[in-house]
Amino acid sequence: MDVLEIDNISLSFGGVNALTDVSMSAAAGKITAVIGPNGAGKTSLFNVVSGFYKPNHGAVRMAGVDITAVRPHRRAFLGIARTFQNVALFRGMTVLDNIKLGAHTTLRSGPLAAGVFLGRTRREESALREQIEREVISLLELDHIRHKPVQELSYGLQKRVELARALVMRPKLLLLDEPVAGMNREEKGELSHFILEARERWQTTVLLIEHDMGMVMDLSDRVVVLNFGRNIAAGTSYEVKHNPEVISAYLGRAEAS
Amino acid sequence: MQIFLEYSALGIAAGGVYALIALGFVVIFKASQTFNFAMGEMMMVSAYVYFMCVVLMGWNWMVGLAVTIAVSVLIALVMERLILRPMLGRPIISLVMVTFGAGIMMRGIASIIWGSDTDQMPSFLSRDPVMLGELFIPGKTARAFAVAVAVVVGLVLYFRYSRAGVALRATAADQTTSFAMGINVHRIFAMTWVIAAISGAISGILMASINSLSPSLGLVALNVLAVVILGGMDSIGGVLVAGLIVGWLEAVTGYLLGSEWRDITPYIAALLVLLTRPHGLFGTKPIERI
Amino acid sequence: MQITTSYIQDEALFRTRGQIVWAVLLGAVLVLFPIFGPGHWVYFCGLLAINIIATTGLNIITGYTGLLSLGHAAFMGVGAYTAALLAVHFNMPFYLTLPAAGALTALVGVAFGLPSLRIRGLYLVIATLAAQFILHFVFVEWDSLTKGDVGLVLEPARIFGITLNTERHMFFLVTPVAIVMLLFAHNLFRSRVGRAFVAIRERDLTAEVLGVHLVKYKLMSFAIGSFYAGVAGGLMAYFFRFVIPEQYGLLLSVFFLASVIVGGMGSTLGSILGALFMTILPEVLRLIVQLFGDTYGVDVTKVLVPLRETVFGLLIVLFLIFAPHGLVQIWERIRLAVATWPLKG
Repeated sequence: MDVLEIDNISLSFGGVNALTDVSMSAAAGKITAVIGPNGAGKTSLFNVVSGFYKPNHGAVRMAGVDITAVRPHRRAFLGIARTFQNVALFRGMTVLDNIKLGAHTTLRSGPLAAGVFLGRTRREESALREQIEREVISLLELDHIRHKPVQELSYGLQKRVELARALVMRPKLLLLDEPVAGMNREEKGELSHFILEARERWQTTVLLIEHDMGMVMDLSDRVVVLNFGRNIAAGTSYEVKHNPEVISAYLGRAEAS
Repeated sequence: MQIFLEYSALGIAAGGVYALIALGFVVIFKASQTFNFAMGEMMMVSAYVYFMCVVLMGWNWMVGLAVTIAVSVLIALVMERLILRPMLGRPIISLVMVTFGAGIMMRGIASIIWGSDTDQMPSFLSRDPVMLGELFIPGKTARAFAVAVAVVVGLVLYFRYSRAGVALRATAADQTTSFAMGINVHRIFAMTWVIAAISGAISGILMASINSLSPSLGLVALNVLAVVILGGMDSIGGVLVAGLIVGWLEAVTGYLLGSEWRDITPYIAALLVLLTRPHGLFGTKPIERI
Repeated sequence: MQITTSYIQDEALFRTRGQIVWAVLLGAVLVLFPIFGPGHWVYFCGLLAINIIATTGLNIITGYTGLLSLGHAAFMGVGAYTAALLAVHFNMPFYLTLPAAGALTALVGVAFGLPSLRIRGLYLVIATLAAQFILHFVFVEWDSLTKGDVGLVLEPARIFGITLNTERHMFFLVTPVAIVMLLFAHNLFRSRVGRAFVAIRERDLTAEVLGVHLVKYKLMSFAIGSFYAGVAGGLMAYFFRFVIPEQYGLLLSVFFLASVIVGGMGSTLGSILGALFMTILPEVLRLIVQLFGDTYGVDVTKVLVPLRETVFGLLIVLFLIFAPHGLVQIWERIRLAVATWPLKG
């Protein structure tokens, strides 16, 4: 079954086409990679899935339901989580508070209950803390930095915190926009391991944009290739790797450079 | 009807100075996405400088004007350098708050130096009324309108055709790219402050000549700030037209409802525009890049 | 330290026994001080408590949520007039007028905030500036209700047959309200709602991805902050026992903005420190002016108001440039230096 279906999406900004008739899907519990050269429209595609960009035509379906018109914040309630290409953490806050924000959709307190902080809010907040400690902090090995302000962390750690924030709501669909960009080999290995581990635990469906071909080939069950805002190929990593069009459009250019 | 038309003409004439003030807001907003809340105080200080030159020192009005513009530009550059530049990269509301604080400070200092009472500006504008067909327009207001329009046209032409103006528009469109293209972004920021200082100096003198001179002269700029919203921040033409509209609204509501309504008219208008056309009467909804 | 129970304690209001001891001591001082303290100091502390409430309100809007309001004083005015009118015309007790003052002010806040908060950008600044001038206009011009510039006079607040007509009595009314409202604000920011406010300040679009309804939460923040302003205004009405439009002008909005910036944006302790600093400041300025006025023959009454403006403005500028986290940051540095002394130079 497909958790996410993107059906014939087109998107343009003032006459410039960012995406043209793009279709793809993400199968439940699988890792699907979206690759393509810079400017191929990968991040635009993510922004359509997040709801920031409204496609000119086409539809986005989540578990069979059309969500094209659903506003961004409602999509979090449907179980879509995301990390960003340039780490988008809340700078003035600690690691823990950043992660707690990832659980915004799973909590219920309104302002009155929150200000009084008795009963439900108290229970809810300590349950959340307990869940964060048990699930994400231990999984992503963040125990030594939980009270640190995120701006003091290294880039690699910040990316890890962002992943933690996305995982806390146990998303049905996780969008990762270049999760290992700028990391060294060791950090990349760790992060790949965390992604696999998360999928193992919660059967999360993952959609991944990544330039590191090694990582894409290792992790993904299926690879979708975009170029100039259009689909040019899709299949297993083996199939894509040997697709002549992909080689000329993407890998070929990479080799040449 | 005759009276209504006369008030309308009077209002539009007063709106010319508003348009000039609005231009000062918009250039700075274009370059740094900040409202310069000290704009009114820049006007007020300029008016006092002119007053000192012409009345206390007894200089010729042209010398006075030149000195005033020089002082105003100097103050603007000092502000840009000492207050705004250290704040670059901070959240925009901090930038807004810092100009607001600077404005309050300038008003306080002006009241200490010149006292909070009102002074009468010498009239360098003729009082002879101007007749527009049947319509009678007070001389100072009509001539202030002419001066304001001339300065606005001059600044807009400069903005459109000079090298610096093109660089400024490029910076407004995309700071990072402009920087990469070798445009000195700091210089551009400083230049927007110079333009704001010139429009502030002239509009300050005009405002003080039409009405009177006091440290709270600058408050009028806050009314104009509401106008900037009316026009939509990204459209210079829109803001200029909005300046005229608000001048007209003030005069007409003052006539119809009583003068106490004048000062809140721009704000009511601004709220109504926000309610119905959130991006301003002439503004366009920006494409959001994430 | 990282044993399983430690993080439950981590989340508690008071984390150590030491903090509980301090809280109890502070409570004792707050009860004994108004009974035995000198009158004008008790008066000062009552005023301080009101300023703390108003500063906390503006800090919620500006410091935590990153929305700039320039109309805080006018919103306090709405609260003051609401409380005074209900007390004068309907003889309502303060425990009804104060919540009503808060609620109506929150409503007025939403009415002004809604159009501008629907859109991203600085539009709330203009809307609150509009609120400042329009509301002030209403206070002055709606003569039949507000008595214009003459203003309203209130009977002292009463409870259990006791008339709260001295500064000592007022202290016992104002301080508990301030403490409750400070605790409420503090709790808000260790829960879902407050975190969403801060997230909006830091990165609104990311907050949206995480499920935060931007318009709803911005409005909520603005409404809560306005509620605080309303209650502070209501208390001010009882404290001074009169309400005139002049009290709630733009300069008071500047006062509270300075208070938030000087104390520390986004911090409960910051609201307290900022209000303390700003409440003392006019007194200090008065002393200085009197001192110099006697020596140099300066007219004290004429210089005092502009001097206040100058200093408020200067503080806003200097703190924003050199100490953007306000006195809280300076306080934390001192505390750290003391705690680690003499290990660290």
